[in-house]
Amino acid sequence: MPIEQDTLPAGEHAAEQTSESRHITSPSLKGNPDELRDLEAGLDKLQSDAHRKAHIDWTRIILPIAALLVLVLAWQFYVSLGLKRQDQVPGPLDVLGQFGELWSEGKAQEAILTSLQRGVIGFLISVVVATPIGLILAQVQPLRRAFGPLISGLQVLPSVAWVPAAIIWFGLSDGTVYFVVLMGAIPSIINGLISGVDQIPPQFRSVGKVLGASRLQMALQIVLPAALPGYLGGLKQGWAFSWRSLMAAEIIAVGGTIGFGLGSLLDQGRTLSDMATVMSAILAILFVGILIELLVFAPIERRLLLRRGLLAGSTR
Amino acid sequence: MPVVLEHLGKRFGAGAPVLDDVNATIQQGEFVALLGASGCGKSTLLNILAGLDQPTSGALEVPSDGAAFMFQDSALFPWLTARGNIELALKLADKSGSQSKASRAARAGELLDLVHLGGAGDKRPHELSGGMRQRVALARALAQDRQLLLMDEPFAALDAITRDLLHDELERIWKETGRTIVFVTHNVREAVRLGQRVLLLSSRPGRVVAEWNVTEEHRTDAGRAGELTGTITRRLREEIRRHAN
Repeated sequence: MPIEQDTLPAGEHAAEQTSESRHITSPSLKGNPDELRDLEAGLDKLQSDAHRKAHIDWTRIILPIAALLVLVLAWQFYVSLGLKRQDQVPGPLDVLGQFGELWSEGKAQEAILTSLQRGVIGFLISVVVATPIGLILAQVQPLRRAFGPLISGLQVLPSVAWVPAAIIWFGLSDGTVYFVVLMGAIPSIINGLISGVDQIPPQFRSVGKVLGASRLQMALQIVLPAALPGYLGGLKQGWAFSWRSLMAAEIIAVGGTIGFGLGSLLDQGRTLSDMATVMSAILAILFVGILIELLVFAPIERRLLLRRGLLAGSTR
Repeated sequence: MPVVLEHLGKRFGAGAPVLDDVNATIQQGEFVALLGASGCGKSTLLNILAGLDQPTSGALEVPSDGAAFMFQDSALFPWLTARGNIELALKLADKSGSQSKASRAARAGELLDLVHLGGAGDKRPHELSGGMRQRVALARALAQDRQLLLMDEPFAALDAITRDLLHDELERIWKETGRTIVFVTHNVREAVRLGQRVLLLSSRPGRVVAEWNVTEEHRTDAGRAGELTGTITRRLREEIRRHAN
């Protein structure tokens, strides 16, 4: 059967090359190596994604603001119906005014900074403690079986339940606050990391094994990065638990050497029956949470997912 | 160093044996295609060769430094670039830690060039096409620098054009590097196209029931190649029909 042959290289290897270039399978591809290279380059271009340009998506900014506006208008509308006494249900403007007053007194800043500092420090300690524990539990089966249920249980247990114990042990001090925050955040970060590890495609471990990774290399170079999306989910939840536990602790444990946080402000508003202060504190707690999510976690998560090609088709 | 399998058997738990009395010898530098229908234990056999799994009976002789492995899907780490994936393989293979970072980077560049992906080193796996990913996976397998290369249906999920091209590519790289390759496939034409020898594995239990040499004559004469493909296909179908009842 005649085979199409391109230019044959001259020289002593010509005979050998001839038999090679006469392979019957895919004869047209059997040109010189450069041709193969070009062919591949062409196919690569055709098959890989075109580069997409990054641009600012305004709907990402406009839509949340519009949603907020609608909610505030609904609130104002309800208040203007006059169904309840104004001191019980203050309008948006009353709350804003009260918040401005707290701000000018310096109380708002003090409360936000105190709480934020405690929340962040407590959260960071939790990360440092929970990460190695989570990795070890996820990698060592007997330990996982022994302590897994306990960790899951601790996550279900509301960390407020620790407040009375903490007050007895640490008195009305920062120790109480941090203890409660840690008991809230640590189990949830451990759980997030473990479930992240559980969701690693088994093949990644096989690849690691075939590539000759030691146990430590497997944990640090393969398992941890592979589990990063789940771990980040755990961190987010851990932060949420830190923040909530902190507020609970601050509301319940007031006085002593405990500083003045947002929870304390909230409790003060309650004792004074000052609904505008209560609302200011609630909204401040909410907005700090939203800001941390928007400024810290959302960009990290977005970058992480984007780099792994997991963002296509999502509604984020 | 040849790979020798003697009366190799494997069963999971108390179930029926997946592999039973598998005998084969694979010479150094040889390209062997391992052919069989689904469920014949091809992947189990490869896992045993790679040391990912242990045989339950029989003896096995493989190079002491183990084997490089290429999976059906590329199994590249999505958090690393193409180059990063290869560099990680180099780093994990370097037990003594004697290689410098720069020399690893240089070697990764060479390997990328070898699979004609010199310009795509900084891309992440999801930005590459299926064929490009498999070439990166091949480069990563070569980065391990082991004589024995095991390939588990590496081109099964690719389109026909890309597969054809990668057949040429693999043949070229095999000739350039002189590796011993065990290539698992369920595609008779692919087995004849690539292998110097085709081993047919029966199903349940898996056992080497026939083998054919693919000679230079088969490679240059379409008629002879077609004949061989036909013979192997008939034998394969016979094997599958045995399970009808």
